[in-house]
Amino acid sequence: MSARRFFRSPWRTAGYILLVIVTLLWLVPFGQAILTSFRSYDDIMIRGFFSLPQTISLNSYREAWVRGGLSRYLPNSFIITLPSLILTLLFSSLSAYALARFRFPGNRALYFLYVGGTMLPFQVLMLPVFRLTNALGLYDTYWGLIAFHTAFQLGFCTFLLRNYMRTVPGEILEAARMDGCSEFRIWWQIMMPLTLPALAALATLEFTWIFNDYLWAIILLRSDSLKPVTAGLATLQGQYVMDWTVIVAGALLATIPTVIVFIFLQRYFIEGLTLGATK
Amino acid sequence: MRRKMFRSRLTPYLFLIGPLILYFIWVVGPMLYTIYLSFTNWDGVSSPAVTGWRNYQKLFRDPVFYISLTNNLKWMLCFITIPVVVGLALALVLNRNIPGAKFFKTSFYSPMVLSLVVCGLIWSWMYHPAKGLINETFRAVGLDMLAKGWLSDRRLVMWAIIAVGVWRQVGYVMILYLAGLQGIDPTLVDASRVDGCNRWQTIRHVILPLLTPVTVVVVVISIIDSLRAFDLVSVMTRGGPYYSSSVLANFMYIEAFNNYKMGYGAAISVILFLLSAVFIFIYLWRVLQTELEY
Repeated sequence: MSARRFFRSPWRTAGYILLVIVTLLWLVPFGQAILTSFRSYDDIMIRGFFSLPQTISLNSYREAWVRGGLSRYLPNSFIITLPSLILTLLFSSLSAYALARFRFPGNRALYFLYVGGTMLPFQVLMLPVFRLTNALGLYDTYWGLIAFHTAFQLGFCTFLLRNYMRTVPGEILEAARMDGCSEFRIWWQIMMPLTLPALAALATLEFTWIFNDYLWAIILLRSDSLKPVTAGLATLQGQYVMDWTVIVAGALLATIPTVIVFIFLQRYFIEGLTLGATK
Repeated sequence: MRRKMFRSRLTPYLFLIGPLILYFIWVVGPMLYTIYLSFTNWDGVSSPAVTGWRNYQKLFRDPVFYISLTNNLKWMLCFITIPVVVGLALALVLNRNIPGAKFFKTSFYSPMVLSLVVCGLIWSWMYHPAKGLINETFRAVGLDMLAKGWLSDRRLVMWAIIAVGVWRQVGYVMILYLAGLQGIDPTLVDASRVDGCNRWQTIRHVILPLLTPVTVVVVVISIIDSLRAFDLVSVMTRGGPYYSSSVLANFMYIEAFNNYKMGYGAAISVILFLLSAVFIFIYLWRVLQTELEY
């Protein structure tokens, strides 16, 4: 429908205006955060939120980055997220392949175990996992957190990949089998490339999830030098109780990686979300 | 020949062994171990001793438990109503290529990209009693009596936090419904129009019934999410003032890691699990049904 025809009806125009207003209100939290981050807290405190800024500067960002420790927390987030992401995709594609392509006793039971685990309120695992990392000497290391993320995300990834792998036509795999390809090579050289769209969607979604995790970071890490950015922000909040501009600037800095991923891989992000829920 | 058959029967297990070991060590095992811990007096340092039902008896007499449970129920109630209605409405509107649909969609699901910690911090500043945007706006338009201590008033604080959760959830629900709408055969909608249905009747009698599977998923996910609620509360209030914004997950965290009553914390998490188990089974049952359609 052309824009002109669309706006011919007054009701439709009114509805459209309402939609625009609601959308803009939805974006207000972002707007106010960005505006705040460029001002000084004294300026807001003395002259109020609705005043022309006295000065506009990047001081709050600098403060959050250097003294607030974001220069340390942000790299930590990547150190934790990337290995977890790669490992969980690798392991889940193995189990998904087995569940999607082989008949064996317990197939469906295992599938349900994975799906059920996805829905678990993960707090249930908190204390045993805490104890386990202590026992294994993984408490307060990157590896404890990486191991847990890898294992916990297996449920969702296996669920999604298994359903995707079932849609791959069996003839392709059968042909490879006839040619004497080993099952392992079929998985790696035929199934994995064919699963690439699902893997991309999943990787985008999982990156955001693991990157944004807060609970496990505060449970399995104690040292400030190891914390990812979510846990780091909570520390920052305690440190700068009286300076909201620094906290807000830090929060905005912390979102840059996921926003970049979202901007460039938006399509995959949405695909991942809907694949998971409509299958 | 026999060896080959044996090998091919073994193959799926070779693929499964690595992931399953990981999954049992970190997910299935801990799940069961929590149940054991909930019957002990573990303090996190010394080895746990079994104390029977004592943690549960204490829990059912603990007023904070009931406050937290009620708060989780409030959360759940809001989550299965507001985002579902708003998300569905948005999906219905934005599914028809209106001008700027892409901008609207992106705006509504953009909060999903932020971590809950970031959402909590940004909104805490919006709720700031003196200079936060919300109170400043009320004062600027002369509605001073509406300027409240959003996070310090015991009657308001829970709703203020839930509002942040809703803000983030609406876009998610919208995406799921949009995907559901894409899957609807347009000829069905056309047929209903030919039969003389107006737009509302088409939605009510054709589209909504076809979206039922999506609605089931949305409701189950919303319920599970509301039982998992932790990050927002932890960042915005830590359950205060006077436990008025405490939720089960946060209550459990404080008992276990601040008061070193890990056995007690485990009992709280078992209750949390039992509450969600019902909905996990509903979900699994639905998955089973789609399985059987294959």
